[in-house]
Amino acid sequence: MNAPVTGQILKSAKIPRVDHELIAEMVEAGSRVLDVGCGDGELLQLLSERKGVDGRGVELQRDKVNACVAHGLSVIQGDADRDLDNYPDQAFDYAILSLTIQATRQPKNVLENLLRIGRRAIVSFPNFGHWQVRTKLLFSGRMPVNDNLPDEWYLTPNAHLCTIRDFADLCELVHADVERAVAFNASGARLPIKWSLSMQNLFGEKAVFLLRGHPAPHR
Amino acid sequence: MTGVSPNLVAPVSRRHPEVDTPSSPVVHFDASAPLRLACQQDLAPFSIAYETYGELNAAKSNAILICHALTADQYVASRHPITGKPGWWDNMVGPGKPIDTNRFYVICSNVVGGCMGSTGPASINPKTGAPYGLTFPVITVGDMVEAQARLIDYLGIDQLFAVIGGSMGGMQCLEWASRYKDRVFAAVPIATAAWHSSQNIAFHEVGRQAVMADPEWSGGDYYAAGKVPKNGLAVARMAAHITYLSEEALHRKFGRSLQDRSALSFSFNAEFQVESYLRHQGSTFVDRFDANSYLYITRALDYFDMREGAGGVLANAFRGTKTRFCVVSFTSDWLYPTRESREIVQALNAVAANVSFVEIESDKGHDAFLLEEPTFFATIRGFLNAAAMKRGLGPAEART
Repeated sequence: MNAPVTGQILKSAKIPRVDHELIAEMVEAGSRVLDVGCGDGELLQLLSERKGVDGRGVELQRDKVNACVAHGLSVIQGDADRDLDNYPDQAFDYAILSLTIQATRQPKNVLENLLRIGRRAIVSFPNFGHWQVRTKLLFSGRMPVNDNLPDEWYLTPNAHLCTIRDFADLCELVHADVERAVAFNASGARLPIKWSLSMQNLFGEKAVFLLRGHPAPHR
Repeated sequence: MTGVSPNLVAPVSRRHPEVDTPSSPVVHFDASAPLRLACQQDLAPFSIAYETYGELNAAKSNAILICHALTADQYVASRHPITGKPGWWDNMVGPGKPIDTNRFYVICSNVVGGCMGSTGPASINPKTGAPYGLTFPVITVGDMVEAQARLIDYLGIDQLFAVIGGSMGGMQCLEWASRYKDRVFAAVPIATAAWHSSQNIAFHEVGRQAVMADPEWSGGDYYAAGKVPKNGLAVARMAAHITYLSEEALHRKFGRSLQDRSALSFSFNAEFQVESYLRHQGSTFVDRFDANSYLYITRALDYFDMREGAGGVLANAFRGTKTRFCVVSFTSDWLYPTRESREIVQALNAVAANVSFVEIESDKGHDAFLLEEPTFFATIRGFLNAAAMKRGLGPAEART
């Protein structure tokens, strides 16, 4: 009976990721949430415990899906690129894509789907415009490998890395209103909101965007 | 000397006593309450034989209906009265097991058309005093569900906590969720599909033709003639059994190993282990299963297509559902491949249903759902536990 006690203490002492903390702030209590690329369900668990959301997840990796379902989360094995088309419009209050958009094959399609499925979309991503990434490329001439981008270029699942500026442009292209955008520095602190986009793009290691779509007739 | 082999099949009694007087409880619905079938005929009177495990709570909110597959029956977790073997899902259902009978009241009934005490082609037609045989109406998976619903009414249960089933049981589970949206809190369709594929219809036709080609079948009237089409039924079972496994599993289990000999004997005896295994599967099956039931139930599966009656769009069958679904498939199942489970999931997503979907890695083919697969068991346990908390059933420990 020793092991479970230790396990429980460890679990409750686990510190949520900073981007998860922020997402939990953004999400209204009791809302319906779809977490695309939900991994082991950490965010869904947090949102369910803290905000009492009705949460669903989509995850590509089979073992992670199995773990989520075994823990009582409603998660399906699926692919952000392929499986979002089936969801009806505005089925969720929030459609979340947490550090996943850079690993999709068609980020624009995925983002449009998120904006269609959710009344709001929350997207977080690693910022390729961070100064360390820039200097690494500039001085070593090699793809950066760090805590935020942990894999070598030939191993990484990331296919479409972008900067904060790039993402803001994409939001404009798909007619999404940016209701909130927060960048974090390497130590997980939020950068001041007053900073310009250029500064956020230079010093933000990852960013979280809260978006609202306009169901445009041409779409 | 017909068909398979002279010593393959042991003699079988003409109509097993379990058909009329099952070892399990049975509920009889008299002529005043006919079962209106999809073919527009009324079945009356009719009986449904069933087993229960655990205790129904005062609120009647902890009942789980388990739906059995093609050749199984109500003995899900109790010794089979004919074979003496443990229940067909003994590893899944019981005290402390994933479907925990300390916590849930588990019901499993023999399908209408079956031969273990529910009315089927081997039952006596009260109008003629003789077995129905081929005069028994063709039934559907929907009819099976309607008959079960009568049993659930009889047991006084408004809403089932869960309906769970694999293969044909999974189809019943989907029908339940579609037909009785308020009566199914959670549904677990396993290794199944929302319509029967043409490949599966083809396999069934091979099985039926094997039965019908057996002269003992006598146009379905073998009961009166005191015969049993055991060779035909055994061949049907052998062919079907291959579809329940996988090439990998067969290779792992048997390879090209020889049975009771060290060299080829240049004969048509069961020289290979895999032949011997299949013959055994065939011969034991005929002892416990009625050949006409096999025809009727395979037909019901072939007819299964939930898109019908839903305007050709599967999602319509689930529109408005509040049921929590957990869809499960197995990687090596080629009878009901993952693709077909995914179609169910996509339809459920299209109506924003609460759905989980896991594909379990296994090389054991379709039959994996009956076997000890730890990831599968953890999935079922976890899903049911979370659903039970939502249903206010309290933690498992509370009712042990």
